[in-house]
Amino acid sequence: MRELEYPFDSEYILKNARRLKRLLLEEDTVRVRKKIAVLGGSTTHDILRMLELFLLQQGIEPSFYESEYGQYYQDAMFENEELAAFGPDIIYIHTSSRNIAAYPGPGEGSRKAEALLESQFEHFRGMWERLRERYGCPVIQNNFEYPYYRLMGNREASDRCGRIRFLTRLNERFYEYAEAHEDFFIHDINYMAAAYGLEKWADPFYWHMYKYCMCLQAVPEFSYNLSHIIKAVFGKNKKALVLDLDQTLWGGIVGDDGPENLEIGQETSMGQVFAEFQSYIKAHREIGVVLCINSKNEMENALAGLEHPEGILRPEDFIVIKANWEPKSRNLTEIAEELKLLPESLVFVDDNPAEREIVRSQAPGAAVPEMEAPEQYIRILDRSGFFEVIGLSEDDRNRNEMYRANLMREKQQADFTDYGEYLASLKMKGTIRAFEPVYMSRIAQLTNKSNQFNLTTRRYTQGEIERTAASDDYITLYGKLEDRFGDNGVVSVVIGNKRGSQLHMDLWIMSCRVLKRDMEYAMMDRLVEECRKAGVETVIGYYYPTAKNRMVRDFYGLQGFTRVSGDEGGNTVWRYDIPRDYEKKNRYIEVTG
Amino acid sequence: MTREKVFETLNEVFRDVFDDESIVVEEETTADDIEDWDSLEHINLVAAVEQELGVKFTMGQVVTMKNVGEMVDIILAQIGE
Repeated sequence: MRELEYPFDSEYILKNARRLKRLLLEEDTVRVRKKIAVLGGSTTHDILRMLELFLLQQGIEPSFYESEYGQYYQDAMFENEELAAFGPDIIYIHTSSRNIAAYPGPGEGSRKAEALLESQFEHFRGMWERLRERYGCPVIQNNFEYPYYRLMGNREASDRCGRIRFLTRLNERFYEYAEAHEDFFIHDINYMAAAYGLEKWADPFYWHMYKYCMCLQAVPEFSYNLSHIIKAVFGKNKKALVLDLDQTLWGGIVGDDGPENLEIGQETSMGQVFAEFQSYIKAHREIGVVLCINSKNEMENALAGLEHPEGILRPEDFIVIKANWEPKSRNLTEIAEELKLLPESLVFVDDNPAEREIVRSQAPGAAVPEMEAPEQYIRILDRSGFFEVIGLSEDDRNRNEMYRANLMREKQQADFTDYGEYLASLKMKGTIRAFEPVYMSRIAQLTNKSNQFNLTTRRYTQGEIERTAASDDYITLYGKLEDRFGDNGVVSVVIGNKRGSQLHMDLWIMSCRVLKRDMEYAMMDRLVEECRKAGVETVIGYYYPTAKNRMVRDFYGLQGFTRVSGDEGGNTVWRYDIPRDYEKKNRYIEVTG
Repeated sequence: MTREKVFETLNEVFRDVFDDESIVVEEETTADDIEDWDSLEHINLVAAVEQELGVKFTMGQVVTMKNVGEMVDIILAQIGE
């Protein structure tokens, strides 16, 4: 829905929220259902209303638990049957500097300031620990925004007893906790207040009238920012930027003006704008975002533009470069196929409204932000939160290399007439083991991101993954795959629940980038080994269809299972009695671990 | 702007906020007359009226406003008849 794309009209959204929600619910889209508990230290009514719209927009249908006014601490600390029965998938604690119980007074000394800091921090830490024990789900916690008045003026920032210093130090304690705890995320409302303008944000009218810790007009941006963390936790981040060239990455038309006349670099102010934008785009590689080009140009000219000595981006920064005269929607669809991603994982960046429109209508699902003035490009992409980082794994940082290696494998494949020979030439080495601590976050991330090769589409938080790994009732396996082009990292995850002599498959997922490499067989071989050790004789597999996982509807059949039942919704149940003379199916991966 | 014109604009705002095309507000209309108009929706309503008519209510005005007619009085005092 265009009304909810950044930059949006907050007042329009506030006024028309009921109608927008009705229209979103009428849309024919598949959404995951998630239960979100909001524990508020101030009014949360409109925060939830706005959050609901933005989550619906991003493919999540939320149901809410909302604490009574200001009851965040009581709800978290004491027995709470209603919250326990609700069973939250995520808990959000909406507190602000209005919830600080006591500040040090001017001149009270650093001892007093320390004691207050400690007691304020413990108030929150105790609550987080309690929530972790009791609910074991991800927690999102606001940091503190600055107060809108300064008794001592500028000294509030530097004096240990100043409120700004006090909040800055308390925030720092929050960040240290966040660094030490997975599944705990800081919602940076201090940034939001600054970006909005603290004076407008903190309009006392809204606090004293309605007990809102910010002005009503700021709520849509606030909830939008919050929705980014939630959708990232549930695997709804975008994965790649698909960029136009002329007037998007540089000023001018390379085919007409010639590469030497492009506006890029430090010579002109417009050149500087594009240089800063190129730097911003290039930095995305470091958070695992894949970069591609989709441009109406001759390839030769596109490359000449990207080789411009003043440019920051280089041809080798891009995994796929489409420079041709095909419709951009077709190029975008092809890029998605080559990367083995869905169009909805792509962000299309183009200054030309006509090109944006054709992609919107012909390649539905891709995000298409409104790029109008070059000096606004960074703000629009940045605030859209397409790539919200909730944790940065080694795999994320190496993702571009992985995609590049993948494309090289495909080129290599073209040289072989026999697919088996090709697989043998890859010299693949696999590691398949029960879940281990270093991979818990990557495993949880995979369960949330895999849509296509996913038999049950069950999502796990990191806490759930850790508990499953620790339990004797489960067989868990992760698989890593390396070959001569590079390390693919953890690419497959399997979880089976032991019930007597049967193993019920709760989860079987694999990253599509290692499709048809024998990895699914290697996982099966190891699963059978583990079953034997555990006295399991029969494996029961389940396939639950979604809009995206058609490719695995016969997966268990291919693995030698027999279909035992199915319903009209397409859900099927499969059975495999492990034969005495089980023959290994993987032929090309050398498996260790 | 005339009093009638303000009422017309208010009707549109109320209809948007409550997503109900049948709403017609009058001088004596209060929160009791509109089903979804509770204290939480009131916040949104006041903000929408402010935005649509380009006015700003003080806390004192919001606290003492008794019905739609009084709201219109304040609006007209700010923007002029």
